[in-house]
Amino acid sequence: MELNQYQKDIFEKQKPVIETYGKKTWGWTIFFLLWILVGGYALYLQVADGHIVTGMRDNVVWGLYIANFIFFIGISYAGAVISGLLHILHVEWRKPIIRIAEIITVIATMIGPVFILLCVGRLDRLHHLFLYPRLQSPITWDVLAITTYFTGSVIFLYLALIKDFAIYRDAKLNIPKWKQKLYSILAIGYRGTPSQKRHIKISTDLMAIMIIPLAIIVHSVLSWIFGMTLRPGWHSSIFGPYFVLAAIYSGTGVLIMAMWVYRKMYKLNSLLTDQHFVYLGYIMMVLGAAYGYFTFSEYLTAWFGSAKWDNEVIEKLFTLEYYGGWFLFTNIAGILLPILVVAIPFTRKPGLITIASFFMVIALWVKRYLIIVPTLESTLLPMQDTRPEYIKYSATWVEWALTFAGIATFFLLFTLLSKFVTIIPISEFGDKEKTAAGTTASVKEN
Amino acid sequence: MKQQEEINDNSRRDFIKTAAIAGIATAACGSLACSCSSKKPVQPVGEKVKLLSPEGEIVEIDSAYLNHQEHMAIVSKLEAREGMAGKKFVMVVDLSRCKNARKCVSACQKWHYRPQETEWLTVKLMKDSDKAAPYWFPKQCFHCDNPPCVKVCPVDATFKRQDGLVLIDNERCIGCKFCMAACPYSTRVFNWTDPVMPEAIANQQYSPETGIPARVGTVEKCDFCPDRSREGLLPPCVEACPNGVFYFGDENEDTVSNGDETVSFTQLIKDRAAYRFQEELGTKPRVYYLPPKDRQFPVERGYENLPDQLKARFRDVMEGGAE
Repeated sequence: MELNQYQKDIFEKQKPVIETYGKKTWGWTIFFLLWILVGGYALYLQVADGHIVTGMRDNVVWGLYIANFIFFIGISYAGAVISGLLHILHVEWRKPIIRIAEIITVIATMIGPVFILLCVGRLDRLHHLFLYPRLQSPITWDVLAITTYFTGSVIFLYLALIKDFAIYRDAKLNIPKWKQKLYSILAIGYRGTPSQKRHIKISTDLMAIMIIPLAIIVHSVLSWIFGMTLRPGWHSSIFGPYFVLAAIYSGTGVLIMAMWVYRKMYKLNSLLTDQHFVYLGYIMMVLGAAYGYFTFSEYLTAWFGSAKWDNEVIEKLFTLEYYGGWFLFTNIAGILLPILVVAIPFTRKPGLITIASFFMVIALWVKRYLIIVPTLESTLLPMQDTRPEYIKYSATWVEWALTFAGIATFFLLFTLLSKFVTIIPISEFGDKEKTAAGTTASVKEN
Repeated sequence: MKQQEEINDNSRRDFIKTAAIAGIATAACGSLACSCSSKKPVQPVGEKVKLLSPEGEIVEIDSAYLNHQEHMAIVSKLEAREGMAGKKFVMVVDLSRCKNARKCVSACQKWHYRPQETEWLTVKLMKDSDKAAPYWFPKQCFHCDNPPCVKVCPVDATFKRQDGLVLIDNERCIGCKFCMAACPYSTRVFNWTDPVMPEAIANQQYSPETGIPARVGTVEKCDFCPDRSREGLLPPCVEACPNGVFYFGDENEDTVSNGDETVSFTQLIKDRAAYRFQEELGTKPRVYYLPPKDRQFPVERGYENLPDQLKARFRDVMEGGAE
C-alpha cells in the first residue's frame, strides 16, 4: 500500500501505540480485569442463590441492570448516528473521529445486552427465545433489532478498517507474528486496486445509510418495552423518539470524552483539534436543546393532566424527599449545563466541553434510572407491604459490582482494540489533506 | 414452618416414590394410586380396589396400599395450554361480605405449597378517596380477556386458554419479568430464591395447571386451580372463605357457586351491580366485584385481631385517612 506523506505522518505518530503494550497499559488491563473478576463473582452469587441477592423484588422487578442496558445501547449511537450521518453528509472533519465513534458503537452494543441478560431469572433457558419466539413481544423485537444492529455496526467498522489492515500488513511493523498474520487475514487481500476501492466505497456508503434507521429502530423498540405497558411514566407516545434522542445525545457526550482521553494520552492535538470539540459541542448543544424540549413536554403533560396514577410518579420525581434531587440534577447537568457551556464563547473550550459531557452522560444514566424505578414503585393497587425492600428499590453491591464490571469491560475492550488498530484511521486521508486536516469542515469529498 | 410440617407427612412422600415403581396407570385410578413398596409395612384391610395396569390388565389391590393424592389431575402440556373446551371460568367477589378473615390466603398457600410471604391471593384495604369508606378487597389474578402480561411474553410461557384462564408454564419461563412489569395489578410474583417445599412436592411432575413444583427464577401467580375444576371442585380460596365472598363458576353455564349457594351468574351481577376493577384499562378482567354496599361486617373487624405484622400493612388507611 502506497501512503502519501500525510498518511505517513499520521501513521508514524500512532505506530508505537499498536506496536507496544506498555507497562501502563498492562496496569490498566489488570485493573479492569480485577473489576470484571469481582463482577464475575457477583454473577456467580446471583446465579447460585437466585435474584434474591439483587435489590429487585416483586414490585420493582427491574433496576440498575435495565438502566445500564439503556445506557450502553444509548452511547452506542456515537458511531451509528454521528459517524453514519457525518459520512452521508461528507463532512470532512469527521475523518479523525469516526473510528473512535464506531469502536464505541460496537463495544457498547456488545455490553448493553449483557445487562438485560442479568435481569433474566433463568439464563439456562435463553435458547427458548429462539425455540419459542413470540413476535408480539417487544422483547422479541429487541432481540431481532439488537442482533441486526450489532451485525451492521461490526460490518460498518470493519469496512472502514480493511484499508488500514492492508496498511498495517505492508508496513513491516515490529510486532509478533500472529498479529502480523491476523492483519494479513483481516485485510482480505486488499491492494488498493480501483475496483477494490470502489467496492469498499459503495459498501461503506450503503452501511452508513442502513445503520441510521437500524439505530433508530433499536432504541425505539427498547423504549417500547416500557411504552407498551399500561404503566404511568412509561405508557407515553413520545417514548420512542425521546429515547432515540437521548441515545444520540449521550453517544455524543461519550465520543467527546473518548476524544479528549485519546488526545491527552497520545498527544494527538494536531489530529483531534480544538475545532473537533467545538463542532461536536455544537451537535451536543442542539441535541441537548431537543432533549430538554422532549423532557419538558413529557413531564408537563403528565403533571398538567394529573391523572391519579400518573400523578403518583410525578410526585415522586418532583418531591425532594423522593427523587426530586436526582430529577433536578438530570435536568441541570443533563440539559442546562451542556447547552450553556457550548453556547457561551468563553467556556467553549475542549476541557470544559469534556467536563460538561461527563456530567451530561452521568445525568442521562441517572435519568434512565428515574424512568424505570419510580414507575415500578408506583403500583395501581396500594402496595400494603411491610417488607421495606418490596416497597422501595435500592441496588445491592451485586448489582453495583456488575455495573462496574460492565464499565470495566467497556474500557478493557477499548484498550485492546486501540492496541490493535490505529485510533485515527490512516487510509481515510486522501492527497488533498496535506495541511491540517480536520479543520476544514464542509469540504466535499471527491 | 408449621404449614410445611403438615404437608410433609410420610404417606404422600411414599406415594411419590412408589408410584413410579408400581406403574399403575393413574388415569384409571383417578385420584388414587398404589403404594405397594412402601418402606413401612402396611397392614391390609381386606377391602379390594380394582385398578387398570399400564399393560391394560385389571388388577386388584388392597385399599390399604392406596393413598389419596391431591393434584393428580395432571394433563398433558398441550391440554394444559388449550384449556377445557366449552368452559369460560369466571369469578364474582362479594365485597360486602369480606372481613379480611384471610382464610382464602392461607388455603391458597397451603394448596400450592407456597410460603407465607407468597400471596397469589392478597387482601387489600381500599379507600377510594378521602371521604370514602374503606373496604376489604380480595384480589386474585383477574385472568383478563385482553391480558397485558400474555402480550409481552417473549417465549409463550404465559398464555391465554380457551376456557379463559391465563396460566404460566414455569418450565418455559425465562424469568425476564416483563409480564410482571406489564401487569397493572401487580398480580405476579417471582421466585427470587430456590423455593422451599417438601421433597415429595419438589419431585412431583410439573403441570401449568397445578403450578407445582415452583421453580427458582420463574414467575408464578394465581391460576384459578384448573386441576380442581377438572375434578369438579371449587378453588380452595372459595371453599375456605367462611363468609362466601367468592363465587366461582362457568360463564357458559351461567352458574357460579360460593360453596353454599349456586346462583345464576348474569342474575347475580345484574342484581348486585357488579363492576370490574379499573374497567378503563381495557384488560377485560374475568373477575367481577359486587360493591361493598349493605356490609355484613364493619371494616374494623378485619383489622383489630390481626397480628401486628399484618396490621402494619393497613395502618395508614385505618388510622390516617387516605394515602
